[in-house]
Amino acid sequence: MTNPISNVLKSEVILAIGTDTTGNHPIIANYIMEAIHQHGVKLLVIDPRRIELVDHATLWLQHNPGSDVALINGLMHIILKENLQDQAYIDERLEGFEELKSCIEKYTPEHVSSITGISEEDLHAAARLYAKADPAALLYTMGITQHITGTDNVKSCANLAMLCGNVGKEGGGVNPLRGQNNVQGACDMGGLPNVFPGYQAVTVDEVRKKFADAWQVEGFPSTPGLTVTEMFDAGETGQVKAIYVMGENPALSDPDKHHIEHCIESLDFFVVQDIFLTETAKLADVVLPATCFAEKNGTVVNTERKVQRVRKAVEPPGEAREDTWIISEIAKRMGYTMPATTPEKIMEEIRLLTPSYKGITYKRIEKGGISWPCPDEDHPGTPVLHVGKFARGKGLFFAIDYIPPAEEVDDEYPFLLSTGRVPQHFHTGTMTRRGTGLNRLCPEPVAQINPEDAEKMNISDGDYIDITSRRGSIKVKIKLTERSSPGMVFMPFHFHEAPANILTHSIVDPVAKIPEFKVSAVKIKKAA
Amino acid sequence: MVRLTIDGSEVEVPEGTTILEAAEKTGIRIPTLCYHKRLPPIESCDMCIVEIEGEKEPVCSCAAPVSNGLVVTTDSKALHEQRTANLKKILKYHPLDCPICDKAGECELQDIVYEFGIEDVPYESRKVKRDDTYSTSLIRYWADRCIMCRRCVTACLDLKQIGALEIQGEEENARIVVDPDKCKSCGECLMVCPTGALTENLSRYKGRPWLVKRVQTTCSYCGCGCQFDLNVLDNRVIGVTTDVDTGVNQGSLCVKGRFGYEYIGDESRLKKPLIKENGALREASWEEALDTVAEKFKAIRDQHGPDSIAGLTSAKCTNEENFLFQKFMRAVIGTNNVDHCARL
Repeated sequence: MTNPISNVLKSEVILAIGTDTTGNHPIIANYIMEAIHQHGVKLLVIDPRRIELVDHATLWLQHNPGSDVALINGLMHIILKENLQDQAYIDERLEGFEELKSCIEKYTPEHVSSITGISEEDLHAAARLYAKADPAALLYTMGITQHITGTDNVKSCANLAMLCGNVGKEGGGVNPLRGQNNVQGACDMGGLPNVFPGYQAVTVDEVRKKFADAWQVEGFPSTPGLTVTEMFDAGETGQVKAIYVMGENPALSDPDKHHIEHCIESLDFFVVQDIFLTETAKLADVVLPATCFAEKNGTVVNTERKVQRVRKAVEPPGEAREDTWIISEIAKRMGYTMPATTPEKIMEEIRLLTPSYKGITYKRIEKGGISWPCPDEDHPGTPVLHVGKFARGKGLFFAIDYIPPAEEVDDEYPFLLSTGRVPQHFHTGTMTRRGTGLNRLCPEPVAQINPEDAEKMNISDGDYIDITSRRGSIKVKIKLTERSSPGMVFMPFHFHEAPANILTHSIVDPVAKIPEFKVSAVKIKKAA
Repeated sequence: MVRLTIDGSEVEVPEGTTILEAAEKTGIRIPTLCYHKRLPPIESCDMCIVEIEGEKEPVCSCAAPVSNGLVVTTDSKALHEQRTANLKKILKYHPLDCPICDKAGECELQDIVYEFGIEDVPYESRKVKRDDTYSTSLIRYWADRCIMCRRCVTACLDLKQIGALEIQGEEENARIVVDPDKCKSCGECLMVCPTGALTENLSRYKGRPWLVKRVQTTCSYCGCGCQFDLNVLDNRVIGVTTDVDTGVNQGSLCVKGRFGYEYIGDESRLKKPLIKENGALREASWEEALDTVAEKFKAIRDQHGPDSIAGLTSAKCTNEENFLFQKFMRAVIGTNNVDHCARL
C-alpha cells in the first residue's frame, strides 16, 4: 500500500475495486466501516459480484469480469471531458499525459458501456464521485491482479489515482491489500527471480558486485530467473531438474492442477520443507519438517510495509527445525557457510544490504512496527509513499488498451468461473482445515450461483453439481445466492476434495506471470 | 480548546472530549464498567457518574462532553454510595460462579466489585433460569452471567456493522439473542465482554489467566498484520487474546485470527524428515535427509548447471527465512530461479 490502512478515515471517497474486503481483509473492512458510518466517507465499489461491501456503497458498478482496463479508461475519459483532473498536479509531477490522453480518447461512454455492461449514466456518476473527492483512496486485491491483463489493470488503477492527484497524499493512494502475512516481506527480501533484497535488480552490474562481495562468491547470473509458473513448466520440458519448495503448496494453489502434478513428476529431485504433509509434500523425494510462526522469532511485513515482530511462544513438535537452520545445514554440506543464522543476526545482514531496511532494528520495533523505507536509525519510517515527488522522480502515466480475457464464455461453456477465498479458510487450507473450530463453521467446499440460473437448470440449494472446464471437472455442493450474479460461478480454492484449480487455465499475464484465476469458462450440470 | 475544573485541577482539552477522557488525561480515574474505549457511550451501568456544579443529578461522564467553565467532582460520599448501589443492582442476578468461570482473574466485574469492597449481596436467582446458548459453535453465551451492559451488541453493530446481536426481553428476563445467519464468529463480542458471559468454546485445554504465558506476535494469515497474544500453557497454544491498544487491529480480529490456532499443536504436524523409497515416504534422520538433499543438489548443479535448479520461498515465512532462502539459491546454487506465491 502507498498509504496506511487507517488513512481511509481521512478519505472523502474510497474506491474498492476487485477486493472482497469484509471476507478477505476483515480488519481493513473495520476501518472502511468506521470511515463510512462515522466519518461520512462515500464508498464506490467496482466488482462483478455483489460482495458485502456493496451493502454499504454509495455506488456499485457491476462490470463484466476482465473489463477493468476499459472501465478505468472510460472513467478517465469522462474525467478529462468534464475537466475534473488535477491539472496542476499532472503538470508538476507527471509525464506521459499526452500519450494517455490520446489513448483514452476512444473510450467513450458508449463504447465502454458495451464492453463493461455498465450504463453510461453510472459511468458518469462514478467518474464524478471519484474525481471530485479530495482525497480519494483506491483499494484493490486479486480481483485486479489475477487476470492476463493483471499488470495493465494495476497500471490503470495508478493512472486513475495520479490523474486526480491522489498519490502521495494522506487519505489517498493506490493500495493493494496483501493476502498473506509476509507476501510483502518475501518480495522485499528478494524472493523474486529478478531482484535481490530491496528490489535491487539482478541485471545491474554494481548490484551484483555488492552482493557477490558481501556473500563472498564469484558472481551471479545477470539475467532474471524463472517465475513460479515458469519453473514448473520448465520441469516438464527438462530444463529444470530439481525444485526446492519452502512453505508453499503449489499442487493446490497453482492453476491447472493436473498440469502442475505432471510437471512435478517429471523432475529428477523434488524437496519440500513444510509443517504438514501437504498435497505438494506428498509428491516430494525428501520432506523436511519445519517450524510454524508460533515456534520462531523473526519479522514479517504487513500490507502497509510495516515490519513487525513474530515471537516464539512454544517449542516445535518432534524433530521439526527452524527453516534458517535447515537452509544453513544444506548450504554447509554444499561447502558454503552462512555466517548469520539467528534471526536478529540475519536482520543485521539484511540491513547492511537493503537500503530501505537500514534503520530497522529489532530494538526499534520491539514496541511497534516501522514502515519502510527507513534509511537510518533516526528515521521514523515512511507511512505514505511518493509525498512531494515520486520514487522514480516524475510519475509516469501508461497508455493502455483493453484486451479481453483469455477465455470467454461460449455456447458450450456458458458460465464464468471466478475463484477466491471464504472468510473461514486460508489459501490451500493447510492451516485452517486442521482442528475443529473453523471446520465447524465451514466444513466443505461450496460453489455459489445465482438463484435465477439455478431455476433454469432445476438446481436447488444444497444440490451437488458438476462444474466442467476445458481442463477438467469437479463435483461440488451448490449455494444459491444473490451475491453471485447471473452467468457467474464463484468457488473457493481451499479444498483438496474439490480443487477449483482443476478448472482454471494456466495462461498468465505476460509481465507478472500471474494466472487468470478470475475468469475461466465452465459449464454446469446437476450431478448424477 | 476547552477549559474546565476536575477535582480542583484546571484542565484544558480539545472540544468534543468527554469528561471521562478529560479526567483520564489529568490522571484521574473514574470507575467504569460498560464504557469501552473503542465503542460509543452506552450508559447502561451508571458507574462513571460525576457531579457537575449547578446540576441537580449526577451525569455519566462517558457521554457528557466538556464545556468551558465546568466544575466537576469525580468522587464524593454521595457518588460512592450511588455507585455502590448501582453495582449491587448489577450483582443481584449475577451468579458468583467465579471458581468455574473462564474469566476469573481478568474479569472487569470481579475487579470493580473487589475495588468497592462489596461483601453482602443477596443473590436472587432468576425465576426462570436462562439457558446457555451458542452464538456460533465457537462462542458460548452464559446467559445468567450477562449483566446487560450491551458492549457486545454495540460492538457488533457499530464496529463491525453486522448487527447479529440484539437484546430480547426486559428486566430480569432480558437476554442477548444472536442471528446465526449474520454472525461471522469474529469474536468482537468476546473481546469487549467485561464478564464471563461470552467465552470461547474451542480450546479443550483451559488455564487460569495467571497461569498462562502470553506472547505477543503477528497473525499468520492475511497481510493486515494484526497483533495478538498467543496464550500458552504447558507448551501448548490454548487461545488467542488481544490488547485494544496494540497494533493496527486495536484488539479486533477475524474468525481465522481468533480461532484458527489449532493447527499449531495439531497431531498431524510433520515431526521427522521423510525420504521417498520405492514410491513411499519413510522416516529418516536429519543427517540422512540433509546429506541426501545436499548431494542431489550438488550432483544436479554440477551436471546440468545452476539454472537446472529452482526454489520457491514463502509468503508464510519470516523475512529472515526468505532472505536466507534466496541467498541460498543465489550464492550456493548460483541461480536466480527463486520465486514465491505472490502471484497466486
